[in-house]
Amino acid sequence: MSTEREFMAAPGTLGHFGAYGGRFVPEALMPACLELETAFIDAWADPTFTERYRTVLREFAGRPTPVTPLRRLSAQLGIEIFAKREDLAHTGSHKINNVIGQTLLTKRMGKRRVIAETGAGQHGVATATACAQMGLECTVFMGEIDTERQALNVFRMELLGATVVPVTSGSRTLKDAVNEAMREWVTCVEDTHYCLGSVMGPHPFPWMVREMQSIIGHEAFQQMIDLGASTPDLVVACVGGGSNAAGVFAGFANTSARLVGVEAAGGSAVGKGSPGVLHGMRSLLMQDEFGQIEEAYSISAGLDYPGIGPEHAYLADIGRAEYFAIADEEVIGALEVLSLTEGIIPALETAHAVAWILKEAGREIPLGSKVLLNLSGRGDKDVAQVREMLRGQQ
Amino acid sequence: MTSLEKRLREIRASGRKALVPYFVAGLTPDWITHVEAAVLAGADAVEIGIPFSDPMMDGVVIQEAAMRALDAGTNLDSISMDLSALSVSVPLIAMTYYNIFHHYGVERAAGKLQASGISGAIVPDLPIEEGGEWFSACAAHDVATILLVAPSTPQGRVETITTACQGFCYATARMAVTGRSSDGGDGARVVDRIRASSDIPAYIGIGVTTPSQAHDASVAGDGVIVGSVLVQAILDGASAPDIEHIVRQFRLAID
Repeated sequence: MSTEREFMAAPGTLGHFGAYGGRFVPEALMPACLELETAFIDAWADPTFTERYRTVLREFAGRPTPVTPLRRLSAQLGIEIFAKREDLAHTGSHKINNVIGQTLLTKRMGKRRVIAETGAGQHGVATATACAQMGLECTVFMGEIDTERQALNVFRMELLGATVVPVTSGSRTLKDAVNEAMREWVTCVEDTHYCLGSVMGPHPFPWMVREMQSIIGHEAFQQMIDLGASTPDLVVACVGGGSNAAGVFAGFANTSARLVGVEAAGGSAVGKGSPGVLHGMRSLLMQDEFGQIEEAYSISAGLDYPGIGPEHAYLADIGRAEYFAIADEEVIGALEVLSLTEGIIPALETAHAVAWILKEAGREIPLGSKVLLNLSGRGDKDVAQVREMLRGQQ
Repeated sequence: MTSLEKRLREIRASGRKALVPYFVAGLTPDWITHVEAAVLAGADAVEIGIPFSDPMMDGVVIQEAAMRALDAGTNLDSISMDLSALSVSVPLIAMTYYNIFHHYGVERAAGKLQASGISGAIVPDLPIEEGGEWFSACAAHDVATILLVAPSTPQGRVETITTACQGFCYATARMAVTGRSSDGGDGARVVDRIRASSDIPAYIGIGVTTPSQAHDASVAGDGVIVGSVLVQAILDGASAPDIEHIVRQFRLAID
């Protein structure tokens, strides 16, 4: 594995990924970020900690998740598709990997409370779950619009003992939930950890969350070999902030696989964004001519984010990963196809990646290619919304 | 030394405590008259808040004001134009988030501030580690880079910050966003830590909402920053004479 660290290596003490990343936080939060960096480096190098992390994921979260060959869809499209089944992880998506890591770290740092932001509710539910399991107090900030779109997830979090705070500032979606969580964190850094849900924010979050999600890619790498499929030609994942993509890319960054991130057209930071500073990081952001952050629009609350993790911006810059956008209209069809052909109802976020594969098979994806799809989440949370949209189409 | 710091040191040497009111640029069409009223009432410098869509360090009052100002079409160019109609004798200091300058281009932004009569800038989400480009641009345009020290800042870091800090050092009185106050805060302790490292003027801000709190802060520090209480008054419809009256209460309290 001597080439392991060529791409997606550790970013160094300032947390820079090329021109991106860094730590753009108010002075009040700087000590907490530095403390977290030290604690993470120490824990991640401690076999007792990493063993505990893997044990909790195995005993509690259902890891390893399988890789499923999507045989019927493969036959239809003339390519060979394998799905890494993060939808089968506890709480229904990859989000659990990161929160198990961060809540274990919270306890190790001697903090008693966790705050988190959430968009679709997946990260909020995962955080509430891990906090319940570990006996930590939990508060989740969620844009008011998202609390309406994902009312059941609000109820789930409450069942799990978390307090959900609807955020009424700004566009009342994910980016405002992050602002509010940051504002709260300033007031309680002493005893509270901010469990950021994606590969974004100030250093060490983008790196730490990627490391905690890289179990997806490392498992999949070995599972592909076990399936006799070896290295895929493409690895495809949806991207909002980009945590599931970073996790799966990490297992293949130093192979010959093409890495493809699929953004929502209405939240396409790589496609429509420019360099900027938000939420503690320099990255690609959707913004107007005066640097005001634009609101993202997507049918999937989890991709409703005007930025992208800084490492993705860097991977796009150097051409190691490519990013494409899928429009809202293409997503529902893809969700139906995967449901009908493979018996898997994907999350709307994941359906973006599925839509890209359906659209590009025989074009960007040469016929006969082996494709690994990161099936990042299941669609249970979205079925009411999808039913409404399908009714609307009739 | 920047001209702002020279001026603020003179004020301190004269035995006067500095009063620095904060306004959100573009909040009302006549926002410039609020600045003038504050100066009339005895402000020693004025902070001009450039509204940003995602003000991470601000509480609900300034969030609301920023949103209104942005909805009214406020931007760095319109603020600069508005300021050209202003003639006051006190220094103006810009306060905003880094993306505004980063996106405008740091060199161009620093030039724009100078051309608008602004001699200092506070960028709370730009720590020293990431500030190099901005600091250089400001140095070329005599814009003082005012940095913050928080109650949580360790002493070693206070020293690094005060070395790079110009104009005055902003002592944040509490671990909170703007506009919240329940007690006197930690301002005095933060000022002590700044003074242990540097003789730069130290001003206290964040959560100074009453004249009596301002008095206490002025005993500890060299100056006081008053923001949300004024912005709230303007959101509630305060006129320029109203602002003059409020600022005068603060002036009386610290003199």
